[in-house]
Amino acid sequence: MSSFSVTFRTTPAAQILDLSGELDAHTAQDLEVAIQTSLSNGKFALVINGANLRYISSAGLGVFMAFVEEIRENGGDIKIVALQPQVYDTFDLLGFPHLFDVLPTIEEAEAKFMAGELRH
Amino acid sequence: MSYLKPVVFSDLMIQQTMQYSLRVPSDKRYLADVRRFIEAHASIAGFPEFAIEHIKLAVDEACTNIIDHAYQRKNTEAIEVVIAVDVLAFRISLRHRGIPFQREQYHRPQDLRASINARKGGGWGVFLMNKLMDEVDYRILDGYNEVYLVKKRLLNGKS
Repeated sequence: MSSFSVTFRTTPAAQILDLSGELDAHTAQDLEVAIQTSLSNGKFALVINGANLRYISSAGLGVFMAFVEEIRENGGDIKIVALQPQVYDTFDLLGFPHLFDVLPTIEEAEAKFMAGELRH
Repeated sequence: MSYLKPVVFSDLMIQQTMQYSLRVPSDKRYLADVRRFIEAHASIAGFPEFAIEHIKLAVDEACTNIIDHAYQRKNTEAIEVVIAVDVLAFRISLRHRGIPFQREQYHRPQDLRASINARKGGGWGVFLMNKLMDEVDYRILDGYNEVYLVKKRLLNGKS
């Protein structure tokens, strides 16, 4: 069975979602719930930390596609950081780096939020 | 790019096909088991890491589509994953008894921008399968349907 978890941290600059495990069509709903919870709590500056994410399929990518417009309309953004190479490859296949900030570190994403760079 | 060390071909080697199969329920909680099965055999076949990831992803997308579309999310049916490996290629047959893939009803997402604007994340599985594999075919066979995926092992395969 796929193992996936998402935990939340709030910093002065952003809400950080630490993803761990494998994100597929079975576990994507957990990410969906996590992002929805963040939005319900008024958190629109989201950093997706992929340091411990080992796998993603299009169902996982679809969650970001489905939410990012609403988040940007609310003055926020989804910034994706610290992806492992094989996971970055999948984001890249669909062209994510052209429409999302995909950054090496959490700190860089936080700095962009602090600088008011909400949109990519 | 050649995935394998040079081999000496013989009629016997070309004819020899190793076959492995796994049967799982049409439930997304088993996608990870299918990935482990593919990963293990692609690794034994000598593919480099990036190619193993590509095969895994393509098969995952195909199984997800079978569950969502062929079986319309009914999770009590079955998917049979059959791997056939020979010196030339790694072939995966995903056999099911649901609705066959309707080519004429499939609309490829326009692009990522359009998906974001529409706030829809679906439809990218077929795109990825075609991008990652050397051959993708849909077959209606005697009593079952099959999604057929091929990754070449030697020259001219997609990297």
